[in-house]
Amino acid sequence: MVNNLTDEKIKFFEEKARDIRVSIIEMLVSAGSGHSAGPLGMADVFTAMYFHILKHDPKKPDWPERDRVVLSNGHICPVLYSTMAHSGYFPVAELLTLRKFKTRLQGHPHREYLPMLETSSGPLGAGLSQAVGMAIADRMNRGKSTDRFFYCFTGDGELDEGQNWEAIMLAGKEKLGNLITIVDRNNIQIDGYTEDIMPLDSLTHKFESFNWHVEEIDGHNFSDIVAGIGKAQAVFDRPSVIIARTIPGKGVSFMERDHKWHGNPPGTEIAGEPPEDKQAEIALRELRSLGGQIIGEHE
Amino acid sequence: MLNQSQKLNPKLWDKDIEQVPIRKGFGQGLLEAGEKNPNVVGLCADLTESTQMHLFKDKFPERFVEMGVAEQNLASVASGMSAMGKIPFITSYAMFSPGRNWEQIRTTICYNDRPVIIAGSHAGVSVGPDGGTHQAIEDIAITRVIPNMVVISPCDYIEAQKATLASVSLGKPVYIRLAREKTPVVTTDDSPFEIGKAQLCYGDLNGKADVGIIATGALLYRALKVAEQLKKEGISAKVLNISTIKPLDVGAVLMIAKTCGAIVTVEEHQIAGGLGSAVSETLSQNFPVPQEFIGVRDLFGQSGTPDELLEHYGMGESHILAAAKKVIGRKN
Repeated sequence: MVNNLTDEKIKFFEEKARDIRVSIIEMLVSAGSGHSAGPLGMADVFTAMYFHILKHDPKKPDWPERDRVVLSNGHICPVLYSTMAHSGYFPVAELLTLRKFKTRLQGHPHREYLPMLETSSGPLGAGLSQAVGMAIADRMNRGKSTDRFFYCFTGDGELDEGQNWEAIMLAGKEKLGNLITIVDRNNIQIDGYTEDIMPLDSLTHKFESFNWHVEEIDGHNFSDIVAGIGKAQAVFDRPSVIIARTIPGKGVSFMERDHKWHGNPPGTEIAGEPPEDKQAEIALRELRSLGGQIIGEHE
Repeated sequence: MLNQSQKLNPKLWDKDIEQVPIRKGFGQGLLEAGEKNPNVVGLCADLTESTQMHLFKDKFPERFVEMGVAEQNLASVASGMSAMGKIPFITSYAMFSPGRNWEQIRTTICYNDRPVIIAGSHAGVSVGPDGGTHQAIEDIAITRVIPNMVVISPCDYIEAQKATLASVSLGKPVYIRLAREKTPVVTTDDSPFEIGKAQLCYGDLNGKADVGIIATGALLYRALKVAEQLKKEGISAKVLNISTIKPLDVGAVLMIAKTCGAIVTVEEHQIAGGLGSAVSETLSQNFPVPQEFIGVRDLFGQSGTPDELLEHYGMGESHILAAAKKVIGRKN
């Protein structure tokens, strides 16, 4: 994997991320329900994953050599579906079936309906355990030098679930160098800000004390995302966690950093927000007018 | 009389009938499964020896994962391993798996239709002195309501061994219910066994009888003794062994209902949601006959010897006998 991204490559990522975000808004509007903030916030990391980092083939989703992606926080599936569609797994038009009767794009991912998913998710805290199981099985099959990676996306509020820490302990014990967890550190959960609901910091120290390698990155800076995951891949003797600092609702000004948009779609009456019938229009206009110029917070 | 085609233990009526813990059959079956299939792996939550997984662990240490006391992780890690082609067996006490980790079993194993085999040891009140916290008497109910799940409750260690081996090639999530205590050996290596098939252990298949007793697990032995006692009193009975509670052998249940006209179900489990409920659901839709239920009546267990507890909670031979007579009296 090339870590030094050219300006041209970064521009390509920015345009992809913009398209993915536009689709997220369109599919949520079409569904009339669903989560907005998390999917918008993770669009840049998903773009880097599916268009640069992952070993995968959208035309052959069951290719045995592929890396595996487990989405533990299933409620941010609009970003997963949108990124998969834009990278060629299925038609972009299908995104508008999100949450509708008989759709492959269930409100929370279900692999019986969409078998190209590695697992189903929604109930929080169970994804990391599954990724740990996959990584252990792969090491049994192929030995420690396996070149296949197992990625697990989790939310930060989701780390309230005790099961995560059972999995984190086991992964540390088993020294799973083939496991990389990406935490969406956006500081919100449904009831408010994570540090008010159930403080998580210092996440870095927590993971380190469980014998994990930790990388902290700006989740909106493509160079940072690619470099951070690249460093994690080079760690052989322990699992890695990428703490991706993201802005929930990124790209839509009235949604950014606001926990009220965790579980609501555009078109929801919320005090102090734009009129419900104008929200989608404003969101799409903002996203499109940025024209792929969504840049990292630290640049 | 005993159904000869079942080739049951010839010493079934002896006072010193051989007694072996059902969980031992699981341990032997898993060892054999491991030898036959390299994809079989074992995961245990800090109860390796008492769930009898140590036999597998000693033979195949590289295919065993010690999970620590973490049953939720146990279920979901197994799901992940099965996604990579493994056939995981997971063990703990039934109270903790499938008890504590029920939602992980539902979502990560059954919702994904992953072939994970959940062996829950120490089920039933016959766990004894450990007391009510450790006596799983709700496990059949909570597993059989999950789509895709197969639920097996073997009657002795030989059947447990056969069920364990047969589960490997099923390709489905399976719950195998195991008891801790030494249990009379009812079947033999030659007895027929098939997942999904009930076995008529007592009485003639097509003949009529006064009452049909449908039993699961170790209480099958008591049901057979009751049938023998009824015969002495001039009452004819059939005894059906249901080791696969889900999918239920509907044909066998209907056959016994039609030829007996009255049913007693026998299980070491809450009456709500267990074998009796499964039988009742089938009969009420297809061929309603009077039914009496032997099982725990909405109570928790407590400390005591297995016999004391079975007697106290209404699962003794006298209770089965009385239920049989009562249900016969309810026929029109």
